[in-house]
Amino acid sequence: MPGYADPSFDTLALHAGAAPDATGARAVPIHLTTSFVFESSDHAASLFNLERAGHVYSRISNPTNAVLEQRVSALEGGIGAITTASGQAALHLSIATLMGAGAHIVASTALYGGSQNLLHYTLRRFGIETTFVKPGDIDGWRAAVRPNTKLFFGETVGNPGLDVLDIATVSAIAHEAGVPLLVDSTLTSPWLIKPFDHGADLVYHSATKFLSGHGTVIGGIVVDGGRFDWDRSGKFPELTEPYAGFHNMVFSEESTVGAFLLRARREGLRDFGACMSPHSAWLILQGIETLSLRMERHMGNTRKVVEFLAGHEFVSRVGHPLLESHPSHALAQKLLPRGAGSVFSFDLKGSRAQGKKFVETLKIFSHLANVGDCRSLVIHPASTTHFRMNDEALAAGGIGQGTIRLSIGLEDPDDLIDDLKRALKAAEKVTGVAA
Amino acid sequence: MNFTVNGHSTYCYTGGKAFDAAKPTILFIHGVLNDHSVWILQTRYLANHGWNVLALDLPGHCRSAGDPPATVEEAADFVIALMQAAGLEKAVLVGHSFGSLIALETAGRVPDRVSQLVLVGTAFPMPVSPALLEASQQEPLRALEMINIFSRSTLAPPPSAMGPGTWVYGASMALGRRVLASNPKVNVFHAGFKACDSYTHGEEAMAQVSCPVLFVLGEVDQMTHPKAAQGLIAKARNAKVVVLPGGHNQMNETPEPMLQALVGFLDLTGHKFKP
Repeated sequence: MPGYADPSFDTLALHAGAAPDATGARAVPIHLTTSFVFESSDHAASLFNLERAGHVYSRISNPTNAVLEQRVSALEGGIGAITTASGQAALHLSIATLMGAGAHIVASTALYGGSQNLLHYTLRRFGIETTFVKPGDIDGWRAAVRPNTKLFFGETVGNPGLDVLDIATVSAIAHEAGVPLLVDSTLTSPWLIKPFDHGADLVYHSATKFLSGHGTVIGGIVVDGGRFDWDRSGKFPELTEPYAGFHNMVFSEESTVGAFLLRARREGLRDFGACMSPHSAWLILQGIETLSLRMERHMGNTRKVVEFLAGHEFVSRVGHPLLESHPSHALAQKLLPRGAGSVFSFDLKGSRAQGKKFVETLKIFSHLANVGDCRSLVIHPASTTHFRMNDEALAAGGIGQGTIRLSIGLEDPDDLIDDLKRALKAAEKVTGVAA
Repeated sequence: MNFTVNGHSTYCYTGGKAFDAAKPTILFIHGVLNDHSVWILQTRYLANHGWNVLALDLPGHCRSAGDPPATVEEAADFVIALMQAAGLEKAVLVGHSFGSLIALETAGRVPDRVSQLVLVGTAFPMPVSPALLEASQQEPLRALEMINIFSRSTLAPPPSAMGPGTWVYGASMALGRRVLASNPKVNVFHAGFKACDSYTHGEEAMAQVSCPVLFVLGEVDQMTHPKAAQGLIAKARNAKVVVLPGGHNQMNETPEPMLQALVGFLDLTGHKFKP
């Protein structure tokens, strides 16, 4: 691949990480094998000791997964990546690699419910505390830092209110505090924003969503931008001091820019074991091949649906940064010129029962707990994805009892609008039901 | 580990093994905007197979203090001083790109102290185009992108220094940025390129070299094309040439063939490996 220019996004989405192998197979083969034969005892020992690079056991690495890891790294502008069993596994792997009991995280309030739950309840049980800050409360991020803070964490656009994270500003505060910024970029994908370009240090995706795009597979991936200097920070002995669990390796000496990935793979995948199946990696690769085509259509359809809903008399609010009324409108114009995603929420001017009728009347939109599918989806967050959150936490995340979340798919936009029109009309007709 | 060389702390990676002066030593010298970590796979292997490994960070680069060398000759003086500080009477020298010129000049100055010489991605002369030289000074990040594009040979590198899943292009870009940022006083990118561009002593140095020399070249290397090494190859008294199926990132885009070339050469020239 000698050349004069770095290949574009679309070319990398098809070719990064993969080339025809010895069999001549043009598509990426699925390497469904648990393990890989050693050439000799010396070869085996060398692979285990990181003297030679190669695959040993598919919990740690696999050739199909490696293609996906390289491809997403290329698209994000990172140095490498690790595929995981799910997006939540990617978040857990990131956190568990960087800290243990006694550590503290500063996180955005506008998070996917599962992430909020992990930070607020589950990690607290393991001695890791989190302070939540509204993504736009810049002073709040700074004020939340403690001596034991090890990580800042937010979503590119918060789920489901689409509060845009000011990555450059928040990462600058994180770096002043000597800690990295981890960003969940699931709802935007690298086609809409590359968080590393704005100052993020680690990026993860629920690859289940836009990266795969077909609603067929659960998977996650964490990418390292290679920009955070763990030695300079001095807050990460996990990466800068000998690790007895792996030959007393000092990861930041082994790799000046890749210490996080070395430990995450050698410890996190080895010990926690939340790896991705090669078959899942292959399915996600099929999706990435058309990522830019799909994202462009997602954005076009979203614009039309947002315009329709914003002009409908039975809708009280549409929470998309395309609209000037959205608090993140200006920031989205700057950071996300191609669009702020196709997952957004809106409120009906009606009761909870009317909301229920609306969801149940939809025919093209599927009522389910996912986003980023090629098909359009709908859900009621307060009773599903965010049901463990109390009213205060819901409000902090911009979610009301009557909020409806949509994920706009790739269907004909006129059909989507017809479906919404019909459901809104049916909801309006509901009477005599208590709110 | 750190040595004090010319009054400054000099970092050398040892491949995860303690330095043992009783073992034969192999000294690795990186190129422009690189550091010790580009040699991780090769160094860890050798350190676990009977060798003392020292992969240095050049002065003023990353973990090493001092002023970055302004010329190849100055860098060779530093390497000789490092060998002195480490108590090395003799060593194998391995250099990549700019580092290959430093290794060559060192071997030419102290031929009795170099048992084998390995020149990876080398060329002589090693001119840098005026446009790139200027860009390295005026727009170093753009120039960094240019050299990484020229260095790359594949969009599908095999498992590499950080293991499977490494995006070598991105990792090389990140390392370049880190090395550049590690010295706020001197632009080590421009300084390194200037040193390569101005080095004229290569053939004289090679004439002094008495040990076996291995040339490891990248078949599609756009930075140091194999053709540009032919003059040096012709001058070497005892040369072996291995052409790898890759570009200028020999250590990370063709890590296994690179290791095999190194091991084969060391075996061939008297240092048998103990598996």
